[in-house]
Amino acid sequence: MMGAIEGPLPADTRAPPAAATPVAAPRLQAPLHPLFTRGGWIAFCAAAFVLLVALPVANLTLPEAHPLHVPDHLVTLLGKIMCYAIVALAMDLIWGYAGILSLGHGLFFALGGYAMGMYLMRSIGREGVYHSDLPDFMVFLDWKAYPWYWSFTDHFWYAALLVVLVPGVLAFVFGFFAFRSRIKGVYFSIITQALTYAFMLLFFRNDTGFGGNNGFTDFKRILGFPIATPEARLALFAITAAFLLSFLLLARYLVTSRLGRVLTAIRDAESRVMFCGYNPVHYKLFVWTLSAVLCGIAGALYVPQVGIINPGEMSPANSIEIAIWAAVGGRGTLIGPIAGAFIVNGAKSWFTQAFPEFWLFVLGLMFVLVTLFLPQGVVGLFRRRARSGR
Amino acid sequence: MTATVVHGIDAGSSGAFTEAGMRVASHDVDTTHGPILYLDDVSVSFDGFKALNKLCLTIDDGELRCIIGPNGAGKTTMMDVITGKTRPDAGTVFFGQAIDLTQMTEPEIAHAGIGRKFQKPTVFEQHSAFENLELAMKADKRARTTLSARLGSADLDRIAETLALIQLRDQVDRPAGLLSHGQKQWLEIGMLLMQEPRLLLLDEPVAGMTDEETLRTAELCQSLAGRHSVVVVEHDMDFIARIARTVTVLHEGSVLAEGPMDAVQADPRVIEVYLGR
Repeated sequence: MMGAIEGPLPADTRAPPAAATPVAAPRLQAPLHPLFTRGGWIAFCAAAFVLLVALPVANLTLPEAHPLHVPDHLVTLLGKIMCYAIVALAMDLIWGYAGILSLGHGLFFALGGYAMGMYLMRSIGREGVYHSDLPDFMVFLDWKAYPWYWSFTDHFWYAALLVVLVPGVLAFVFGFFAFRSRIKGVYFSIITQALTYAFMLLFFRNDTGFGGNNGFTDFKRILGFPIATPEARLALFAITAAFLLSFLLLARYLVTSRLGRVLTAIRDAESRVMFCGYNPVHYKLFVWTLSAVLCGIAGALYVPQVGIINPGEMSPANSIEIAIWAAVGGRGTLIGPIAGAFIVNGAKSWFTQAFPEFWLFVLGLMFVLVTLFLPQGVVGLFRRRARSGR
Repeated sequence: MTATVVHGIDAGSSGAFTEAGMRVASHDVDTTHGPILYLDDVSVSFDGFKALNKLCLTIDDGELRCIIGPNGAGKTTMMDVITGKTRPDAGTVFFGQAIDLTQMTEPEIAHAGIGRKFQKPTVFEQHSAFENLELAMKADKRARTTLSARLGSADLDRIAETLALIQLRDQVDRPAGLLSHGQKQWLEIGMLLMQEPRLLLLDEPVAGMTDEETLRTAELCQSLAGRHSVVVVEHDMDFIARIARTVTVLHEGSVLAEGPMDAVQADPRVIEVYLGR
């Protein structure tokens, strides 16, 4: 340092500003950001055909002995997993792209489910055990009327509004304070975990007015149709599939837009994003709220298919499992977390029948192995294969 | 400010964020009285350590200013204060005549026309060089407009021009994480230029560069002066000597000496600071 500052100045201290002349550059092409490649579109349409046409037809029309017959329980299982896949997709938007790990996404899922559940409970009418206008659990608590927050829930449109608004508003308010205070990383994850736990405790209480630890069940009909028929099951299945596919398109649109590139930039170098003039709070809040709304819709589709919602859905373990689906499938790929939801839940469904006591070990092992050997998840494995095979 | 952020997310209703300076175009900076940046009596302390101690500094419009000083002199803290990363305990920081930087957030300051290069090159490593420049480009940077933003041909020309200037034409589609250290430094400078700032703050722009790259960076810095005001913090004295017009020496959080390079080098106090007592 000393020598440098004391030494004689270089002879040419005023180099001519050669770089000032703007260089005439050949024209750049705007990079294309297609929603899907051609192969991707073909796969997407094939998936849509299978889910929306082939599978329902195979379930309804083919006789049980037929090799291509799709049994009812498989329809229910796949419908349920597609709801999980929507949640995994929502998780990928916030975790895979914006780098914010939420361990409370089960809460938004459950809130959407409860909002739909309120409508389904009121659709039971007087067919409950006590033949009352009120749901059985309220009769049991000796309540005489619906509490105020049950108002209008006998209208489907209102319940549908709640499905979107409750998780959305909660996420927005929570996110606003968390992101404005620049809470990040593991601190954010822990707070979301605490949030879902707190809500679970709240919903466990009978006097909260949501059926306590039993939650809502014993639904009879939806929009006037009996809920337990094969037709209703297939309709819900197809609607869920349609939602999953359109949310995939929506998510692709987001991540291929400039906004999507800002999100990944926030994940990789947030301070640079700020000094570029973007306010990361807005971007995080947007994708966080959207993610919560997607979870709420998934929950609303889930409840009529499985026929029950209870506070167990808000347990911290459930939310952690969502993160595992995304990690197993491959973060930041959209299709990966959807695949992850199918792989993990498919395995869960098989294991809990065959070796119920080992499932949690298998789940843990799966997570460890993927973290150690497949940082890009299953999709990353395929991509690596495709690249080395070329 | 805090109350207005709510609206900004859907960017719908409010001009609230706008009022706070988000879209202050850089040509709005009032420099009719000469200086583009005033720091007056600025003090910052961390746990009792005075990183900046009544620092007074003025940068003229279009000037190229070099700032040197031993480690811990407060150079980076000064940049943090100017860019809104650190709030000063005392003192005033003005951009032009009318923009009080101490009241603004980092993105607002960036929009007002101050670009900053970090000591460690900070680019978006997963994005291509092209996308880095695209994201940095001066534009309406609110979430809703960004969602539907498309590149026009004028934007492409600007990006192409900047790529040529920072010599990354051949690396256009390469993820920035795969560029060499010097190329990352240039890409970051290129990103600053895409913001079309009035004032550029360059924190150690030639750290880790080869001699040839350093030479080119010196040329680049000089070409920027005039069109932009440039503040360079560097340890590389050859580089400073090559580009310096006015040099400011910081020591223990305040200005120790200021003037032409040879005058500063001859200043006995400066020599003592660099020699140690």
